Amino acid sequence: MPAADRTTTLDDGNAAGDPQGHGDDVRAVPLRHPGRWVASALVLVVAVAVASSLVTNERFQWDVVGEYFFSSAILSGLWTTLWLTAVSMTIAVVLGIVIALMRLSPNPVLKGGANFYTWFFRGTPLLVQLIFLFNISALYPVLTVGVPFGPEFFDIPANDILTPALVAIIGLSLNEAAYMAEIVRGGINSVEHGQTEAAQALGLRRSVIMRRIVLPQAIRVILPPTGNETISMLKYTSLISVIAMPELLYSAQVIYSRTYETIPLLMVASLWYLIVTSVLTLGQAYLERRTSRHRRTTETFLGGLLRRLRPHDTRVAAGRERP
Amino acid sequence: MTTSQASATPPAVRIRGVRKSFGRLEVLRGIDLEVWPGEVVCLIGPSGSGKSTLLRCVNHLEKVDGGRIEVDGELVGYRRKGDKVYELKDREICRKREQIGMVFQQFNLFPHMTVLGNVVEAPVRLGKMRQREAEAAGRALLARVGLAEKEAAYPRQLSGGQQQRVAIARALAMRPRLMLFDEPTSALDPELVGDVLSVMGDLARDGMTMIVVTHEMGFAREVADRVVFMDQGRLVEQGHPSEILERPSHERTQAFLRRVL
Repeated sequence: MPAADRTTTLDDGNAAGDPQGHGDDVRAVPLRHPGRWVASALVLVVAVAVASSLVTNERFQWDVVGEYFFSSAILSGLWTTLWLTAVSMTIAVVLGIVIALMRLSPNPVLKGGANFYTWFFRGTPLLVQLIFLFNISALYPVLTVGVPFGPEFFDIPANDILTPALVAIIGLSLNEAAYMAEIVRGGINSVEHGQTEAAQALGLRRSVIMRRIVLPQAIRVILPPTGNETISMLKYTSLISVIAMPELLYSAQVIYSRTYETIPLLMVASLWYLIVTSVLTLGQAYLERRTSRHRRTTETFLGGLLRRLRPHDTRVAAGRERP
Repeated sequence: MTTSQASATPPAVRIRGVRKSFGRLEVLRGIDLEVWPGEVVCLIGPSGSGKSTLLRCVNHLEKVDGGRIEVDGELVGYRRKGDKVYELKDREICRKREQIGMVFQQFNLFPHMTVLGNVVEAPVRLGKMRQREAEAAGRALLARVGLAEKEAAYPRQLSGGQQQRVAIARALAMRPRLMLFDEPTSALDPELVGDVLSVMGDLARDGMTMIVVTHEMGFAREVADRVVFMDQGRLVEQGHPSEILERPSHERTQAFLRRVL
């Protein structure tokens, strides 16, 4: 029998209609995965259990959750959490780039300073750093601006300027900068040295090469972990509650310490954290798509989502073909 | 290398006693070489002979340990004061490099910029031309290397040979007086080598001063004015292509050519 006939009979359904078969007409049965069915059943059971407890356990007090979800205290706490994240993360990125460049510098003093910084801030817990900073006035009651062993220009009592908000910004950004420095350094190192050499050969100056050639390529490597760090930062702002700054968690705590509705208010805070992190995750995916433009064909955010919804679309590879 | 020639027109490149080591490894052991304006010099030799390093010293991508290199009668990367030379600042080195184009084995195009973006980047950033002016000049250069229709493409959408021709256009955009080629066809599939070599041949015929590190003996024979054979960090012999490639006088040159031809 010619090969062409065999392939058509496999498709035309004759084999299924004829259980005896004609020797070559066999149906291909994919491997069964009974384990997958068992695992799916287990997960479904757990999911139903959780869902039913969410509905039936009255102690969740969903009515209280609804009551406080958009209350002005919670919303103002959410706002504090958001701007604290944005401000601290911005400072951390800028400081992180500076520290990364210091680490990559040939100057051993700069390199040593950057290494010490990273070692210190990654080696102590953020919570300890925050409490330490909050109590800094016990260590330095008066802050003086001047030259060491030289003239002093002016001094201020530490407690006058170190408000909880400032402590929070300084604490979060100094800590985060240590992690950002590592991320930026990894990104810069991921750019081939040939790129720098080609730019040097054209007569471009070091600062221009960093800004125009190296950083734009490093961004692709830097951006995904930076998105993760932003999401972590959002959650770390809850640590600020220990220094009594009314961010999201502390706002919820203030309410439940008065009303004893602890669980519903923690639910309110958690739901808000989930909403914001979900939005950030979407934004991160969008940004990553945009910065990798030169790698793929241009693709819009919506187009990308649609493409992902069609699981077996092979057109993804089309843009990468070489002529 | 006669003194009478030197006094008439100054050489485009004058290399004197250049030494260079990487750690304990001596890569260049006292190189003397002149390249005259409009001349095409091919550097050949076994790998590890120091030819690429010598080329990279000419635009100060590598620092020399001793000796000196002058391009158009000016030291590259250094300033002389008394009996010492002092390394120049980044800004001053960059000014000298503007006059020297370089093409690399791995192309090193900027992947985040379009083909035209690659070509106009340096002239625009260095304030040589305005954006629009640079784009017009860039299109003309792309047409010259046969890639006029690719200006909006990104490097990874091009074949290796096309990428290398863009790299040549990018180097030419700075209107260099000297072009350095570091094994420009070694990373290419054999069928793509011809296009790149023909662009280089055109450039040579237009009178560009070129130093080419290459393994393409056919190119050396047809285009070069002079072939220089290097081995173990020394310049072994040099002369007209027909002389060096067909009647090499030195035994090491003979052994090398037997292996590559």
